[in-house]
Amino acid sequence: MVAALKRIRWSESPLTVVCFLAALVSILTTAGIVLVLAVETFGFFREVSLVEFLTGREWAPMFKPQHFGVLPLVAGTAMIAVGSAIIAIPLGLLSAIYLSEYASPGVHRILKPIIELLAGVPTVVYGYFGLTMVTPLLQRFFPEVGVFNAASGAIVVGIMILPTVSSLCEDALAAVPKEMRYGGYGIGSTKFEVTSRIVVPAALSGISAAFVLAISRAVGETMAVTLAAGMTPKLTMNPGESIQTMTAYIVQVSLGDTPAGTIVYQTIFAVGALLFLITLGMNILARRFVQRFSLKDQ
Amino acid sequence: MSQAVETTVRKRIRSRKRVERLFGMVCFAALLLSALLLFALVWGVAKDGIGRLNWSFIDSFPSRIASRAGIKAALAGTLWIIGLTILIAVPIGLASAVYLEEVAPKNRLVRIIELNVANLAGVPSILYGLLGLAVFVRWMDLGRTVLAGALTLSLLILPMIIITAQEALRAVPRAYREGSLALGTTPWRTTLKITLPCALPGILTGVILSVSRAMGETAPLITIGALTYVAFTPTGPNDGFTALPIQIFNWASRPQAAFHENAAASIIVLLAVLLGMNLIAIVLRDRARRKA
Repeated sequence: MVAALKRIRWSESPLTVVCFLAALVSILTTAGIVLVLAVETFGFFREVSLVEFLTGREWAPMFKPQHFGVLPLVAGTAMIAVGSAIIAIPLGLLSAIYLSEYASPGVHRILKPIIELLAGVPTVVYGYFGLTMVTPLLQRFFPEVGVFNAASGAIVVGIMILPTVSSLCEDALAAVPKEMRYGGYGIGSTKFEVTSRIVVPAALSGISAAFVLAISRAVGETMAVTLAAGMTPKLTMNPGESIQTMTAYIVQVSLGDTPAGTIVYQTIFAVGALLFLITLGMNILARRFVQRFSLKDQ
Repeated sequence: MSQAVETTVRKRIRSRKRVERLFGMVCFAALLLSALLLFALVWGVAKDGIGRLNWSFIDSFPSRIASRAGIKAALAGTLWIIGLTILIAVPIGLASAVYLEEVAPKNRLVRIIELNVANLAGVPSILYGLLGLAVFVRWMDLGRTVLAGALTLSLLILPMIIITAQEALRAVPRAYREGSLALGTTPWRTTLKITLPCALPGILTGVILSVSRAMGETAPLITIGALTYVAFTPTGPNDGFTALPIQIFNWASRPQAAFHENAAASIIVLLAVLLGMNLIAIVLRDRARRKA
């Protein structure tokens, strides 16, 4: 009865309608993204077969003869994602453990904002950092490294996603009930034993979700890899060479003046659609991890 | 207990304590390294760019001659874009959050919208650029204008504003709302006069962080075709534009060191604004948390 009254009162106001319409904007955004990607990608696949797109080993839509094999772009993206994960995951997790288990409240209050500030640095700045500082440093140790190289891109993207890893991991660790830690200390365990055998295993699903989300950010990262890793689509395992990621290809085409309706214009949407599916898949996976965690909690 | 057993046990405890201390140091080193990377980044950029930073750099248009170039057009473009983005995204985001958190019953539609917002928050920014290119620039025929850029960035930061505003609203104690309703105030008046003002610090934090994210975004603006060489300041939403991050990208991608200096000087300007905004947001949030 009271709830029903409350409902009526809410719906009396035109404000309710306005707010409802505002909430629909986000649904429209998703619909827009899916529709735009689908329409142009459909146009693309009328010219190019899906098999050629997914299995071709050469990507050269802007040269004659044209090649539409997306594998080099996917390989470039994967290289950045793996490389950045190698840097960000251990550093991020260890930082989170320090902040959550070791740091005194005072230290915590000073260090945490510093890490958070790192997250506010725009990606184009990381690109500049990679190009003008990381690459010369790499070249000092490995003279054969090029001006644009995958390693530099992976390093700066790793630094970039570090705050994401550490703050999400810290949230996961903080969610572990205090009683579980006390149980460990009660039987005489050291902090290391409590952390490594009780807290981290208990927070594992949240930590996994943090890793997946961070890697998905690395996959979608654009400006840093465009500036530092270059614009050369290439199937290579050598991090010292210039490569091109999916996102960097979209930027490359956008910088030129490509008329709508051409096949080159459609390629950026086809690549975008693939990027969308990959990142969406990773985000869903991350949510699964978190759900499993909260189910176990009950 | 025999002497031998006791020494073994003591030894074992000592080694376990050593591992504990060592692990703490390793974790601290990881954290320190992360913080040092930030300082290396800021210091490196500052060292490169501080020499170029003067009033004529801020008050000049770009030029083919690096030493005469400036960021007037980029700065004006960024201010236009961000101003419009705030006007578009903040009201829509707040209204969505109020609807989802306060007004709507917890039904299926609300769950779908919330799930959808969470997914949108994970969509790479460059895909919003493709959306803006196809919808705002081509279909609505706005062209590569300030308005198209602001609409694109608004959609990009909308999920972040909604999520943070919802969290802020959720943190307002139920008793406040019930107290107001019990006095016979209508639900809407309660929301406008009690709930929203109480949630204001949290909402503000979210808005500042979202806007600072929009300010640093480059990829979506490049994708919708923002210009890279602009020798004028926009006078309205239908003008072409460039923005500070695009200008940085443009200068950084040139091979000459003189242009890199320009890029570094522009980064100093951008970072000063962004880190300042983030600092305010973090302080605001911490203060609100401590009060709660």
